[in-house]
Amino acid sequence: MSGKSLRATITASVALGAGFLVLAVGLAIAGYDPFLSMGALWRGAFGSWYAFGSGTLVRAVPLIIVGLGVALGFRAGAFNIGAEGQFYAGAIAATWVGLQVAAWPGPLAVGAVWAAAAAAGLAWVALPVLLKVKWGVLEVISTLLLNFVAEALVSFAVTGPLQEAQRVYPQSDPIADSARLPTLAGSRLHLGLLLAGGLAFTLWWVFTRTRAGFRLKAVGTGPLAAEISGRIPVKRVVAFSLLVSGALAGLGGGVEISGVTYALFQNLSPGYGFTAIAVALLARLHPLGIVATGLLFGALESGALGMQREAGVPAVAVQVAEAVIILVVLLADVLARRAVSRQPVPQEAA
Amino acid sequence: MTAPALELRGISKAFGSVQALHGADFSLAPGEVHALLGENGAGKSTLMHIAYGMTGLNRGTIRVRGAPVSIRSPWDARALGIGMVHQHFTSIGALTVGENIELAVGRRTGGRDDGRTETALPARLMEGLPKGARVDTLTVAQRQRLEIVKALATGATILLLDEPSAVLAPSEVEELLALVREFTARGGSAVLITHKLPEVFLVSDRVTVLRSGRVTLHAPVQGQTPASLAEAMIGHASARLIADVLGAPDLQVKRARENLAPAGTAVRVGDIDVMPGELVGIAAVLGNGQRELLRAIALGRGTAFVPEDRTTEGLIGVMSVTENMVLGLDTDPRWTRGVRLDWSAARARTAELIERFGIRALGPDVPAGTLSGGNQQKVVLARALEQAPRVLVAENPTRGLDIQATVEIHDRLRAAAAQGVAVLVYSTDLDEVLELSHRVLVVHAGKVREAPKGADRRVVGEMMLGLGER
Repeated sequence: MSGKSLRATITASVALGAGFLVLAVGLAIAGYDPFLSMGALWRGAFGSWYAFGSGTLVRAVPLIIVGLGVALGFRAGAFNIGAEGQFYAGAIAATWVGLQVAAWPGPLAVGAVWAAAAAAGLAWVALPVLLKVKWGVLEVISTLLLNFVAEALVSFAVTGPLQEAQRVYPQSDPIADSARLPTLAGSRLHLGLLLAGGLAFTLWWVFTRTRAGFRLKAVGTGPLAAEISGRIPVKRVVAFSLLVSGALAGLGGGVEISGVTYALFQNLSPGYGFTAIAVALLARLHPLGIVATGLLFGALESGALGMQREAGVPAVAVQVAEAVIILVVLLADVLARRAVSRQPVPQEAA
Repeated sequence: MTAPALELRGISKAFGSVQALHGADFSLAPGEVHALLGENGAGKSTLMHIAYGMTGLNRGTIRVRGAPVSIRSPWDARALGIGMVHQHFTSIGALTVGENIELAVGRRTGGRDDGRTETALPARLMEGLPKGARVDTLTVAQRQRLEIVKALATGATILLLDEPSAVLAPSEVEELLALVREFTARGGSAVLITHKLPEVFLVSDRVTVLRSGRVTLHAPVQGQTPASLAEAMIGHASARLIADVLGAPDLQVKRARENLAPAGTAVRVGDIDVMPGELVGIAAVLGNGQRELLRAIALGRGTAFVPEDRTTEGLIGVMSVTENMVLGLDTDPRWTRGVRLDWSAARARTAELIERFGIRALGPDVPAGTLSGGNQQKVVLARALEQAPRVLVAENPTRGLDIQATVEIHDRLRAAAAQGVAVLVYSTDLDEVLELSHRVLVVHAGKVREAPKGADRRVVGEMMLGLGER
């Protein structure tokens, strides 16, 4: 193992340990049984094939796909904070298409649902891209604000045009069987996991092996130098990265509809679009790392539900652990940078 | 004898496996200007960064006014009355001059207790530096002055200046040196890191020369000659050459006139014609439109560009040397395979260029930001020439470089011209323009005029100021 990845592994272990320790201490102070709670967290994430396959993995899929989208934008220095909104835009489009394709063969129907979801995510980020490229409006703000619009749009859709035929609950009818993803027998684990893995590998290849990936990195780390080089269209690269970022977030919504919920409703996402930012940053925007951090956060979210069921601890408590993990990793980054600038001399120190 | 204002004893410092300083000694007497000379990577900036708490030390002691101190951060240094003017600008463009000063001082100078730091600053220091102006609207000379004002505003009595004149025009350099003199006349002590020998003789009382992290000379300036300083800087072997190039007190403009333009088409941009194989210098006082002109030309087809600010415009510090080489060359057939980039091919070529250009780097994979200024500039130039340009535009190509690196960059530019590239060089250092160029164009108020053949410093200087314009 190289020094760099060894350090990353140690950091990750320390961060995890600290996160769980703080969570356990906090739960004890709040009057819960920490041993029961932490055990429940474990069982909820890994305790059984069902917990792992239908809980952890199913939750990891949208986190990985959306996390990859977030990372793509961040790589180019474009901070897409609107993945949640794009996820919902994708979910709306996926639901609508999913309701129309009953007569289509499965692969075609699924393809249409995914394509519609990606296109909707792309469209949802198109306005911020336009504002940024034309007038320099910060994408951080415009994409963030569109999250609220997207949530409102979901509310409108499930009480209006996409509401179920009986018009009782604020939710859509289930999408056609043809548009649903195949699942592994006896679990809720669906084909989306393969998609997530494939996308991660593809992005890794793009980032490290292609000209496009190089340009993303150049624009993200040195926009002025990239511009001055005269060969990289900086604005186009930024626009492109944001559009694809939105498309991936939208696709995440489409996969959730076609693989998990089969219908649209409010609060469909437990904040996947925001957690995905942490997933991407924790992996330092590395696509294969995102698979790992996506699984970690999937496990935490799944375990949180187990904790709620078994120990009566509110599921949001797990966010304490998530926050501590992120803080420790950020702290380790700062310390590592400081260590480099104050490196002791081996031959003199010895 | 009074204690030195600042004394560094037996300072050793290594960065990874590179030993930057080997037991270097340095002492700054009260009220003196002390020149610190040395080649690229000789350790002069590192030594001063240690005194300013920006870099830790492995071994050695620091005394300020006779008392042993531990300086672990710039805060500590400032508390001890040490101020530093950095090689790169450290002001925030979106804030005003006044706000940047407040930021440096660490408290508000406006409002009720207005006046304390104001009076601490000599009024003439703020001349031509409007407090309400946003820093990104200032010229380079004004920004440089602001850096000095900021250091003095903290009440520093020991001022460390890291190549402060690198970006200034001749008259501005004189002003700057006068400011430094005034500061020491009022009891301050100043260290001037420089590689311009004339400045050493003009303002310095004593001089310390570093070579490869060791002190090779520590003496009063009186009694030194350009040749003796050059020898202390680079050793015997090449001292002769350097003294010839820069050391002579009044520089003769030597022009290579042999067979200028081989048959070929002139490159015409606006009112500038540059023939293939010609090296044309641009002389101008800052802010006369030369920057816009050069950048307009630099956008042209077949044109390679060496921008003024290598750390933000030329290179991406966190990317490797290889990646920086590919920047702007990412469609080069040698490593483009469809949408893929063949990094091993690019890496191999970069290793070759590192060798050929004498770039001191641990290899093609190190981040470009870890290289010294001269080596960074060689990377920028190597990349520009890799583009096989018809026109090469260079903006202040030796800004902040030491003599050795300057000579090497000059040689590269001349060699490029000799190979048929039309080379256009702008420098704020008029002597450099005169020395390098076959022809000199003067830009004043957006108009381009050609200096008469053989025009000297004075004639070109007058043209730069717009005198004698018809």
